Amino acid sequence: MNPSASTPLVASLLDAPPSASGIAWLDEARREHRAAFAAGGLPGARVEAWKYTALRGLTQRRFAAGDATAATRDVDAAAFALPGVDGPRLVFVNGVFRADLSTAAALPDGLSLQPLSQALRNDAEPLRFALSRPALVGPVREAADAFVQVNAASATDGVVLKVAAHASIAAPVQLVFVGAAADAELAWHARNLIELGEGASLELIEHHVGSGEQAQLATLVGDVVLHEGAQLHHVVLQNAASGANLIRRSGLRLHARAQLRLHVLELGGALVRHDLQAELVGDGAQLHTRGAFMPHGRQHVDTQLAIRHQALDTASTSVWRGVASDRARGVFRGAILVAPGADGSDASLNNKNLLLSPGAEIDTKPELEIYADEVQAAHGATVGQLDERSLFYLRSRGIPLAEARALLTAAFCRAVLDDLPNAALREHLSGLLIAQLPA
Amino acid sequence: MLKIENLHARVEGKEILKGLSLSVNAGEVHAIMGPNGAGKSTLGNVLSGREGYEVTAGSVTYNGIDLLALSPEARAAAGVFLALQYPVEIPGVNNTYFLRAALNAQRKTRGEKELDSMQFLKLVREKLKVMQISDELLHRAVNEGFSGGEKKRNEIFQMAVLEPQLAILDETDSGLDIDALKQVAQGVNTLRSPDRAFLMITHYQRLLDYVVPDFVHVLANGRIVESGDKSLALKLEEHGYAGLGAGAAA
Repeated sequence: MNPSASTPLVASLLDAPPSASGIAWLDEARREHRAAFAAGGLPGARVEAWKYTALRGLTQRRFAAGDATAATRDVDAAAFALPGVDGPRLVFVNGVFRADLSTAAALPDGLSLQPLSQALRNDAEPLRFALSRPALVGPVREAADAFVQVNAASATDGVVLKVAAHASIAAPVQLVFVGAAADAELAWHARNLIELGEGASLELIEHHVGSGEQAQLATLVGDVVLHEGAQLHHVVLQNAASGANLIRRSGLRLHARAQLRLHVLELGGALVRHDLQAELVGDGAQLHTRGAFMPHGRQHVDTQLAIRHQALDTASTSVWRGVASDRARGVFRGAILVAPGADGSDASLNNKNLLLSPGAEIDTKPELEIYADEVQAAHGATVGQLDERSLFYLRSRGIPLAEARALLTAAFCRAVLDDLPNAALREHLSGLLIAQLPA
Repeated sequence: MLKIENLHARVEGKEILKGLSLSVNAGEVHAIMGPNGAGKSTLGNVLSGREGYEVTAGSVTYNGIDLLALSPEARAAAGVFLALQYPVEIPGVNNTYFLRAALNAQRKTRGEKELDSMQFLKLVREKLKVMQISDELLHRAVNEGFSGGEKKRNEIFQMAVLEPQLAILDETDSGLDIDALKQVAQGVNTLRSPDRAFLMITHYQRLLDYVVPDFVHVLANGRIVESGDKSLALKLEEHGYAGLGAGAAA
């Protein structure tokens, strides 16, 4: 057994497993995932995927399983109101679905949206394939994906979203995950299953918010499957509370000619990790990822992006910006693999980072593996500081130093939001980004 | 308006200005000419407060205040403008947005009311018309992808909008073809007024064919070695900097 398996963190996560669901295959799967986690333990510093994100500080903590009073906890709905977003909404508080905060009645034709807890009660069988494994998309490796195992063993709620073939859903769907301060330091988990049928289209906003400074541990595992010709625009706004340890895994699978546009803004949290595994499995599939992470204070934000081109003429573009200030740390890994046979694929990845304080650090690691022919790939990563000449130029025109720095930093991140089609949301996110900058 | 006395300044430990003195009154246009390495650009940068330029002796008084004690942004708000020799490209910042932020920051510092976007747009349209500049520059990011001429025209346009009292043009004529040079010169002439002074730093005499200065100074080896009227510029054109007054070689 891995020595880390005996840490207080692991012990607390194995403590109090979810009560029996009454669904034999599900309880069996949870037991298996639990056993796998107990055996593998947490990833240590020698696990390459966690090299820059040390869990030492976390391993000595204990988190209580679930929040018994999540269903009645007072939550201000203003915390997750977003301009340009007024469609159906599911809200989860400390991992528990809250019907009173959600608006999922009168859904548009072709959209099926329900909490996982309810979907399991109604008809569990269609979920069997997905929930029998820790994650639907991408590999699950021992230790490296320990939190995926924890999630599979422990998540009792989340989102089940389906768009019927050829349905075009006009109103954006918002998924809200609230981490609310409780008496104890909590661990909670959510499992999301999202599927767009052939030729379907959807705009989806995943929103993480929180309250209080208390530490929490949350894991979210989401699988997104786009069938032939489906189009998804997915926005992730992560603005969790300052004590949140938020560990997310997103698996994206794109079938032929499917298109996924992803915009990610990582603002909040204490320790934030996002594993983004994408598979372009159908000919002509397209994935465009844009993201900004802006750790400040002592935040640690780690994004692990892995895109696998596995079919002909697939395309991916990725533009990510990191801005770290104070003593914060950012980590970015951008790995692109063009598999044998994925001829004619285009892949580009660009990650630029800005350090605003001498104590800040960003580690970026681009990886490119190409095993196919006629492939175009471009790849670049930089870490630097604000340009002194530009700063002087702005100041010489009368713009005060702090404002000049904010203007240049915002401009640095702008490439990430430029092509976000929802204008009201784009403006709002841009404002949040500027507000995050150090004064 | 501007009084520079015995100014000494260092860049990276090397003394570049070695006792420069100069007086400029409102309404005057002064040309500062000199060979490469004489300290021309250093003078512009010291006056606008660029970091890395260390003043070791002397003083600069502007409208009765110690200019050297002010930050670059405070100098701008007080009415000092430097047109850069190499204007900086700032991707992601829209030219109009930048200019409005600059103007409003200056107005705020001076205790004036900030302009809303409608008022600003009106002002910008007026200035474009007067300066005969195409509004295409407005919609692009600051200097990004601009030609050399467009960058210099953008500097002059900024000057027109910001309406400084003291405008310092650091080799604004360098690298311009004759049409762009004429346009820049016309912009400067349009802005000449009894309460505005210009300091035109240039290597060549040709700008002075289009903007006729009241005074011409020769800057060599960190000091003003000769001053005169516009005929001095013509003399320089004929004889070069080599044969200048005794101070030049010191």
